[in-house]
Amino acid sequence: MLLTIRDLFRFSPAFRYGAIILALVFVLVGLSFFSPYEPDVNRAVPRNKPPSDVYVFGTNSNGQDVFWMLTFAVRNSLLVASLAVVIGRGIGVLLGMISGYLGGRVDRVLSSIVDSFIVMPRLPLLILIASILRGQMTMASLGVLLGLLDWAYPSKRYRAQILSLRERGFTDTAVFAGMGTLKIVVQEHLPFLIPFLLADMVSGFLFAIGFEITLSVLGLSDLSTQSIGTMIYWGNYYQALLSNRIWILAAPIGASIVIVVGFYLVSLGLSRYLDPRTRLLRLQVKTT
Amino acid sequence: MTLLKEFFLPRFVQWLVVIFIGVTVTFLIPRLSPVNPIDQAMTRLTSFQNRDPQATVALRESLQDLYGLNGNIFEQYINFWKRVLRGDLGPSFSSFPAKVSDLIGNSIAWTVGLLATSTILAWVLGIIFGSLAGYFPNRWWARLMESSVITVYPVPYYILSFVLLMAFTYYLPIFPLVGGGQGLPRLTLDYIGSVLFHSFLPAVSIIIGGVAFRFIVSKALTTSERSSDYVQYAEMAAIPKRKILISYIIRNTMLPQVTDLGLSLGTIFEGALITEVVFGYPGLGNTLYNAVNSSDYNLIMGITLLSIVGIATASLLVDLSYPLFDPRVRYR
Repeated sequence: MLLTIRDLFRFSPAFRYGAIILALVFVLVGLSFFSPYEPDVNRAVPRNKPPSDVYVFGTNSNGQDVFWMLTFAVRNSLLVASLAVVIGRGIGVLLGMISGYLGGRVDRVLSSIVDSFIVMPRLPLLILIASILRGQMTMASLGVLLGLLDWAYPSKRYRAQILSLRERGFTDTAVFAGMGTLKIVVQEHLPFLIPFLLADMVSGFLFAIGFEITLSVLGLSDLSTQSIGTMIYWGNYYQALLSNRIWILAAPIGASIVIVVGFYLVSLGLSRYLDPRTRLLRLQVKTT
Repeated sequence: MTLLKEFFLPRFVQWLVVIFIGVTVTFLIPRLSPVNPIDQAMTRLTSFQNRDPQATVALRESLQDLYGLNGNIFEQYINFWKRVLRGDLGPSFSSFPAKVSDLIGNSIAWTVGLLATSTILAWVLGIIFGSLAGYFPNRWWARLMESSVITVYPVPYYILSFVLLMAFTYYLPIFPLVGGGQGLPRLTLDYIGSVLFHSFLPAVSIIIGGVAFRFIVSKALTTSERSSDYVQYAEMAAIPKRKILISYIIRNTMLPQVTDLGLSLGTIFEGALITEVVFGYPGLGNTLYNAVNSSDYNLIMGITLLSIVGIATASLLVDLSYPLFDPRVRYR
């Protein structure tokens, strides 16, 4: 896996730039541990100051330094997204493997449930749940919720992968050599799934970050915790746009664009690597 | 008969399963939550205004009836289904006597008109540009299109729509700021013109995003199709490139594209939340936004159910139309 990432870094410009952008984002997250202010303290600095040497991204209407707030916000948003990704992919891999290996009736029932959840509209469902839980929502429960809504499509993909892996020659060899099913799954089949898992994780991050922002802008998430979405919500709440305090909104929106572009470039590089047919075509183009 | 049994029946059953799961999930969500939505709604409704007590009691009863909190959970479930099948979704909380179905009915035409047109337009344009750029990847216009799409695509939609709004209503005041049309809704040229005029900017913002996405998808599909043996054979046989592209490649990439079109037409019923809020367009998305702001669960629930049915039906129709687009599906 490390080798794959190194090669991608060397040969795919999209992956390289994406990885650099994401590394910068993680540096920002790391900075949050050295913040001079606590995230919730109001009036730590003068209010509504435009960006300057002292306050790099300015200060907001609650007297908080936008730059240091942003480090907390990015950290929390990424935490929510990773929780969602872990839960969603966990369910997806498990269900995909079960229905791929067991086959037969179990597979048919599971597949039809998965197909139903794929088409289920997620935004209205999420808004319904969040508005019923309004005021009770924490960042952790938001992550769990997003994870529970985002497992169907990955699970279908893993099922297809397992089905094709099971038919390959080396599976038969392993079975005849007397390997247990669990060992075959973990040692022989899981490594094939890892690139797909990587690409899937990236799209899961994009989904979770987008939905976190949407829900927070609607005022439906945990508004007392800093996240990219809640920063935008409070910016709107204090009329940052009408009173020409653009910097309060510019910081979270800029951060969300940077994160989305970073993940998007990484996924571009990964998907090129994953599709063997276009890889062949690119080789042809290079030689002629 | 076998056609009916092997082709229609499984797909129809799948449709029923989707709707069954969707309605069940919508039924269970308020019951699994630790919050009592009725008490919450009652406090919110009665805290800022004086209502006459009878109306309050009636509201409480209708809330209880709506959440079907009379009887045990099984009876509640049956009653919920009865109401859903009758299409009676109860009163809205925020504008009390008005029915949810009426509120949805008022806004649905706006949304469907705007979204259906712009989704289909974006789909067609995206396929044309994307497959051209995929088939002739080394021409200058293909490179220009691809690099401009790659810059536009990752820009979040709310930024794009907001920039359009600022640019064309504030700095260059060409288009109106809010609304769906001017004057009385009548079938006159004036009114239709004003509707088109009002929905131009929202439509453009949806089309830009949609074309960029469709471009990327259809370019990828065309690129992988181009390396197929049959295309190389056709090129050796000196069939005109235009013909190869239109009747061979595009036709072969049609299946996933039609799926996507069907599914995105199905999502119309949840409304374009951000578009409609940013442009102040009086559609379903705006209704949903107002419902969220006033915690009108009933209305949110109605829109959720509507979008579940919409998307399930769309995917059923897409499934049924596959054989029309791809003869290979017929023999499965």
